Amino acid sequence: MNNLTTMILKRLAFGVLTLFVISGLIFLAVQALPGDLTQAILGRSATPETVAAFRHELGLDLPPHVRYFQWISGIIKGDLGTSLANKRPISELIETRLYNTMFLACAAALISIPIAVGLGLMAALYRQSYLDKLISISTLSLISVPEYFVAYILVALLSVTFPVFPSLASVSPDMGLWDRLYVIALPVMTLTFVVTAHMMRMTRAAIINVLGSPYIEMARLKGIKKGRVILNHALPNALSPIINVVVLNLAYLLVGVVLIEVVFVYPGLGQLLVDSVSKRDLPVVQAISLIFAAIFVLLNLIADVLAIVTNPKHRYPK
Amino acid sequence: MSDNQRLLTIDGLFIEGYQDEQWRQVVKGVSLHLDRGQVLGLIGESGAGKSMIGLASMGYTKPGCRITSGSIEFDGVELVGADQETLRKLRGTRIAYVAQSAAASFNPAHKLIHQFAETAVQQGLMSYAEAEKKAKELFRRLDLPDPENFGNRYPHQVSGGQLQRCMVAMAMACNPDLIIFDEPTTALDVTTQIEVLGAIKEVIGAYGTAAIYITHDLAIVAQIADRIMVLRHGEEVETGDTRAVINSPKKDYTRALLAVRKHRGETVDHGHQDIILEVQNVTAAYGNKFVVLDGVSTKIERGKTVSVVGESGSGKSTLARVITGLLPPIGGEVRFQGQLIPPGMKGREKEVFRRMQMIYQMADTALNPKHRVRKIIGRPLSFYFGMTGKKREDRIIELLDKIELGEKYLDRFPGDLSGGEKQRICIARALAAEPELIICDEITSALDQLVAGGILKLLQNLQNELAVSYLFITHDLDTVKAISDEIVVMHRGKVVEQGPAQAILNPPYEPYTDLLLSSAPQMDPSWLPKVMQHRRELAAKGINLQT
Repeated sequence: MNNLTTMILKRLAFGVLTLFVISGLIFLAVQALPGDLTQAILGRSATPETVAAFRHELGLDLPPHVRYFQWISGIIKGDLGTSLANKRPISELIETRLYNTMFLACAAALISIPIAVGLGLMAALYRQSYLDKLISISTLSLISVPEYFVAYILVALLSVTFPVFPSLASVSPDMGLWDRLYVIALPVMTLTFVVTAHMMRMTRAAIINVLGSPYIEMARLKGIKKGRVILNHALPNALSPIINVVVLNLAYLLVGVVLIEVVFVYPGLGQLLVDSVSKRDLPVVQAISLIFAAIFVLLNLIADVLAIVTNPKHRYPK
Repeated sequence: MSDNQRLLTIDGLFIEGYQDEQWRQVVKGVSLHLDRGQVLGLIGESGAGKSMIGLASMGYTKPGCRITSGSIEFDGVELVGADQETLRKLRGTRIAYVAQSAAASFNPAHKLIHQFAETAVQQGLMSYAEAEKKAKELFRRLDLPDPENFGNRYPHQVSGGQLQRCMVAMAMACNPDLIIFDEPTTALDVTTQIEVLGAIKEVIGAYGTAAIYITHDLAIVAQIADRIMVLRHGEEVETGDTRAVINSPKKDYTRALLAVRKHRGETVDHGHQDIILEVQNVTAAYGNKFVVLDGVSTKIERGKTVSVVGESGSGKSTLARVITGLLPPIGGEVRFQGQLIPPGMKGREKEVFRRMQMIYQMADTALNPKHRVRKIIGRPLSFYFGMTGKKREDRIIELLDKIELGEKYLDRFPGDLSGGEKQRICIARALAAEPELIICDEITSALDQLVAGGILKLLQNLQNELAVSYLFITHDLDTVKAISDEIVVMHRGKVVEQGPAQAILNPPYEPYTDLLLSSAPQMDPSWLPKVMQHRRELAAKGINLQT
């Protein structure tokens, strides 16, 4: 296990380095956005003098590298900065938003991962059967349609034609768990549809790949039941690719939900990001982008650690 | 013999395999029978259909194969056309299987004991505790180290020989009536092979288990089988009692299989010659830590064959990598025709590369499947001699004649060739460079015995004609006997002894060489008990092998 600890530490160090590089890229990308906050707030009719004064007040007239180092040194000290638009600390703005995004992602993950892995196992078990084809066709059709389209179809179906769920996922901090879940039913469903296909296909492929191994033939020749061969003999050896794709989709659920949050007006990080971009509230955009990047790096690390922990060759060396 | 003694009857079995988009017959009407407690040896070269018959005895066919007609009756139950549930309940409990590669056939994700107990517990024959007790008993019987805790290990934590014995134990878990042994010792070192073979013989004898023992090696099957069936191209060649088949074979094919072990073709003495290659005190390691060659020195004369023999892990292939420059040594030097050559490939002259050619074990992977034979052999001709056009074409044909294949092979792809033909193309490619030294790394070990014999004969003829030297790396002692002028015996990265073949292969023996030589299976069915006894004597003198 000692090796594992050093590996984790090494990867964490690399992760921090990666985030540094990403922070630079984020900063550059944000600089490339046309226009800035002053124009957004003061409007087109403002005189150049007022704009310049306002820019000076916000510190936007400093050269880019100075602003970058101001920003990054703040981050190192744990200060995400303050919003230009409403002067509140960004960490305060983000707190509930991050929680909301996590909540949505976790709900979607808890539903989609078991469904995807289960369907993948079924498809591998009854390979080339009609069930296998049905699973493949339906999940692939769902992934082939843009997610906002799926979202609107669900809204049309489940809140307009048959008003079962609300079309707006407006949560508030004082809501109970069940109310919350009820309100976010449609976004969760949409996300599930979007991520299931990918995970299911990977599970199926990983299992089928392992099914060609001599130890699977051996298990059959030992008189083991078909279902047990898949679950007990194939699945443990196919875990590594499955974990990888699951974690990748988890990252997508956390980071890629921007569109879904906008469609359902869900008060998550994605929604905040979009709002901040349109307001040209650059510090907020930068902070959220960096958080998203950190989530990605961390989840990838988790995937690697899990892949090692689930492999007895790494757990028990010779 | 009364009817209830009969355990297995196969009658007129036909099996087809799907290949190249059509069904081809691979087993063509084989019939056999087996009584309780008897051992039947199935012997034949690859493609003889012996594994298929073995698996069919369990009512199983590999994916892409099907039983088209015939009957397989196991203890009164017809297996052909039986439903999957009936077959599943027989497998593992009444008919068990031991596969060729234990390393691949044990599930890497589970402890050995769990895999041992699985069938017994799942089929409701034993509780887990009972299965565990049984496992310890069998582990002890099969001479596995620390039988109390052996099962707690994962497959990757034990050696190949131990794993193979553990698979035998697993097969015995439910006291089956019949075990199918599918080449269980083929993947093992020659010294380990004996231990596994001895263990198998002991344990099936003790429990009175019937067995079908599949192998390509007549000498192995002679040790263990009561009766032998020789197969070729999916058909029976002959069947009989072991001694009868070995002492008085009825068919030419069987005689050929028996004869292939003993020969050395005619050799031409080129007289005393200069030294082509000299390796001095070479030490090599992987990753600067794991030393695999430790102070190795040897030399090769022009027109001679030096065999390097040893078990896996002895460093013999590493020696080849050092000589060719693939692995620069961390100490010592290599001289080629008296000249010191750079340790790595970098800095070596093109001439050195030309004069030193290599032939690999797997001809399959050594040939580019997308190139025709013309291009494969032609490339070194253009590369080293700048040959083009008609001159090149003529030389390619000349080389094809030398390896006894001829002009008609020019436009073929490696995929159209048999294993032996592919290896011949590799030889032609090496010869094209007109080398002084050819390093042959286990070049016959992936081939069937008869084909391997042909390759050895060809190499000998080429040497007589061209006075080329061979460095012959092998673990197979019959090959060593068939081809060597000098022998280098290696063990754990060191040279144990070296010298003229006659001196090494005849008494008095160096103890490790003795162990190695005595491990090579002989046709005599009473050989195994003798060698086991011999081994105990060697062990008493303190000479032992890691298993």
